[in-house]
Amino acid sequence: MNLLGNLSWEAIPYHEPIIMGTLAVVGIAGILIAIAITRAKQWDTLWFDWITSVDHKRLGVMYILLALIMLIRGFSDAIMMRTQLAMATNGAAGYLPPEHYDQIFTAHGVIMIMFMAMPFMIGLMNIVLPLQIGARDVAFPFMNNLSFWLSAGGAVLINISLGLGEFAKTGWLAYPPLSELSFSPGVGVDYYIWALQISGVGTLLTGVNFLVTVFKMRAPGMKLMDMPIFTWTCTWANVLIVASFPILTAVLGLLTLDRYLDFHFFTNDLGGNAMMYINLFWAWGHPEVYILMLPAFGIFSEVISTFTGKRLFGYTSMVWASGAISILGFIVWLHHFFTMGSSANVNAFFGIMTMIIAVPTGVKLFNWLFTMYRGRLRMTVPVLWTLGFMVTFTIGGMTGVLLAVPGADYVLHNSLFLIAHFHNTIIGGAVFGYLAGFAFWFSKAMGFHLNERIGKASFWCWQIGFYMAFMPLYVLGFLGMTRRLNHTDNPDWNIWLYIACAGAFVILVGIVLQFVQLYLAFRNREQNRDLTGDPWNGHTLEWSTASPPQFYNFAVLPQVDDIDAFTDMKEKGTAYQRPAKYAPIHMPKNTAAGILIASAATAFGFAAVWHITWLAVASLVAAVVFLLQRAYVSNVDYYVQPDEIARIEYAHLRHVNPAPAHHQATPAKRRKKAAEESIEEVSA
Amino acid sequence: MFIRSLRNAALSAAVLALAGCDGGVLDPKGQVGVDEKSLIIISTVLMLLVVIPVIVMTLYFAWKYREGREHEIYAPKWAHSTKIEATVWLIPVVIVVILGVITWRSTHSLDPYKPLEHERDPLTVEVVSLNWKWLFIYPEQGIAAVNELVIPTNVPVNFKITSESTMNSFFIPQLGSQIYSMAGMETKLHLIANEPGTFEGFSANYSGAGFSGMHFETKAVDEAVFERWASDMKQGHPTLDSTRYADLAKPSEDHPVEYFSAVSDGLFHQIMFKYMQHYNTWNKAPVHQEMEHGATGMHPTMHHGKAEE
Repeated sequence: MNLLGNLSWEAIPYHEPIIMGTLAVVGIAGILIAIAITRAKQWDTLWFDWITSVDHKRLGVMYILLALIMLIRGFSDAIMMRTQLAMATNGAAGYLPPEHYDQIFTAHGVIMIMFMAMPFMIGLMNIVLPLQIGARDVAFPFMNNLSFWLSAGGAVLINISLGLGEFAKTGWLAYPPLSELSFSPGVGVDYYIWALQISGVGTLLTGVNFLVTVFKMRAPGMKLMDMPIFTWTCTWANVLIVASFPILTAVLGLLTLDRYLDFHFFTNDLGGNAMMYINLFWAWGHPEVYILMLPAFGIFSEVISTFTGKRLFGYTSMVWASGAISILGFIVWLHHFFTMGSSANVNAFFGIMTMIIAVPTGVKLFNWLFTMYRGRLRMTVPVLWTLGFMVTFTIGGMTGVLLAVPGADYVLHNSLFLIAHFHNTIIGGAVFGYLAGFAFWFSKAMGFHLNERIGKASFWCWQIGFYMAFMPLYVLGFLGMTRRLNHTDNPDWNIWLYIACAGAFVILVGIVLQFVQLYLAFRNREQNRDLTGDPWNGHTLEWSTASPPQFYNFAVLPQVDDIDAFTDMKEKGTAYQRPAKYAPIHMPKNTAAGILIASAATAFGFAAVWHITWLAVASLVAAVVFLLQRAYVSNVDYYVQPDEIARIEYAHLRHVNPAPAHHQATPAKRRKKAAEESIEEVSA
Repeated sequence: MFIRSLRNAALSAAVLALAGCDGGVLDPKGQVGVDEKSLIIISTVLMLLVVIPVIVMTLYFAWKYREGREHEIYAPKWAHSTKIEATVWLIPVVIVVILGVITWRSTHSLDPYKPLEHERDPLTVEVVSLNWKWLFIYPEQGIAAVNELVIPTNVPVNFKITSESTMNSFFIPQLGSQIYSMAGMETKLHLIANEPGTFEGFSANYSGAGFSGMHFETKAVDEAVFERWASDMKQGHPTLDSTRYADLAKPSEDHPVEYFSAVSDGLFHQIMFKYMQHYNTWNKAPVHQEMEHGATGMHPTMHHGKAEE
């Protein structure tokens, strides 16, 4: 028996200088970070406060960190593709042969959707959603930790493929028969399958977790139609996750059976049918687009209503428009393959269903407009992203409706017009939304502010770079350039390819500035503390907490009477109350079970990729054992004592304008408290 | 403001470039392509009716109601207006209804499977995508070519399309619609060239390493020229039989143009049924039934409305 399965020294791509260089940089960076952590003596903090944390806010931060790291990877792929296409014109070969290039565009798609956009969205949802509904954590805090580590495990697997073996050369959709063993005999598709499966399970668990959270853990008085709009859009996205991710799991499972056990679901021979894969894949893939988009819509709504200092216009319309988008999102998948030979009736039905989605989306745009109407718009970074989105996304929506007309799709399908369209919606919609949310909630999550000036510069680079990089692709699509070409030979296309490449570099500056902004914010954090926790005069409950929020979120669960719950409290003068006495708070304990189970799952994925039988069995057993062990642990919770709560609460309340509370302390008591606080300040 | 000027610049540049360019979707040379181009233009104009006001209003509202303009009305609690809400639901609905009607009609009239209405009888071309080249078989003429498609102008062409292995998409942008080629199945496409010329054709669906080189020239020529070409083709080139086809089916990149003076009978059908050979034994049914099924046209190809519905 071979201990390493199909794995051998040949799996390492020595001959690829780009890959080896990347690995070297990653290795050195890893070592430097490890040294830094050791010197700062932070390994304990890392393990006990972060890796094993079940706190939704910390998990959210880690999700976003994962997203930013994978953004670097996915964007490196993007800029390599654009430079390749700018160089490989007039019949030149460029510097990336198909062998390598085809892996890059596959990895770019998978990473950007599954390991950049999804973690970014889920990270923001993690940080904000429980706070917005006045909950102390999610319904299943341990499962939340497990979900994160499963997502991270998938990301680890996809990164291992860079240095060991190869990644899929199929495009991110992995359509059979190309992705079948007969045409893709390497390990690339296997990496694809297991990375998506492992992270997909994590995403599914997140969906379940947050749905239960929203249905069971809302603050007293908060009806469903009182939930903040971001929570609502996340809820619709979670409905989509729960309904659609099992389809992905199933379709990848069938492909796995084909590749590992000689089944014939999608093969050319023995009755297999690739069209079944394409249908199932998009039955997940289309809702996935709305899973990414809906929370971004929620962010824009929050940003606009906060920074205009107004209530959101048409809240009910917004909620139902999101619901309509979710439901319609499930009956449009066929528009991804109008050219597969369906009858005119079928194509027309799916085309028209797709257009109908433009109605609720259009309503949302108008509602944002009328939220600005008669407001006082503050031109902050989140607002810039939102305005950039409203202009850019409108164009993307228009080209999307055009592609939904089957007669137009017959000539635009798979062209660079399509590429321009979905980048127009995913960058101009989802990513702009996440970056708006990032700037909006950064101080809430971290306790200090980002640099406004660099944030604005970053926005303009993204905005200009986006138009430079993707408007030429619309033109190229009309000129008949199809996607996934490795090189071209058409002089009419060259200028557009050059502009697109230049645009990618402008976006690169935007990304670098995001990191510069992060670095400066971190370096100058002492000067830029967010002491009140409510820097924007926010509407919703997350702004009533400290920045970063107390680990238990709310010392006393808030009573909610309005959609803009916190604004309502501030107006009634009931915000920042000091109760006479705090009650103990029931909290979950941190646990290593999440990372252990996810590591075992990742090891199983790796073993499956390389057919290492013993490791596959061992890791599977380990995952089950860790899970059972966790299930039988009864010591999973504890109580935060009133003294500690009081200490933490007073440290925050000192910085805010205390409301005329119902439980007004006597002057003597207040003096005593002030004395206590000053003592704590000294000891802290 | 900057965004808008940038966008305008991009759009006008695009329009200029597209107006002056040759080739591509907006320079159609066949009726199908012409219809699709006008469909694109009509749909776009219709949508711009909403898109332009939205963009203008976004920038105008953002500017008008920005902070520090104390003379503007400030209505922080104003969050509902039945009139406005009705209007914002109604406008997109109206546009989508109009667009929906256009879509329903155009999808039926431009259905790739629908034979073109034309006084002339159509020419049949059988198309096979291989890794990584195109094979065109002319069953009526008994000839074949690799990576070159010659068709007469003003004669509808009836393409029957299949694949040897991976999935591709058969696409000649200047003539119009594309359609996937899939192994074990036949898809259909009906196109016509209205004027002579050479049009780029290629695969529009990624199919592996040699995909980028998978293009061919479509030469639309006068009918007389086509007839002469077809009769010239009958001599001087090899015969495409199953042995030679097996050679051709081996993966190759940037395959040169090849001609065949003769094609063995039913080659296209054989290619398509290659994967179905054991279909009935696998189903534990007698083999002769397959022949009967084939003869009565009940074979599991992608015939419209049978396999799909």
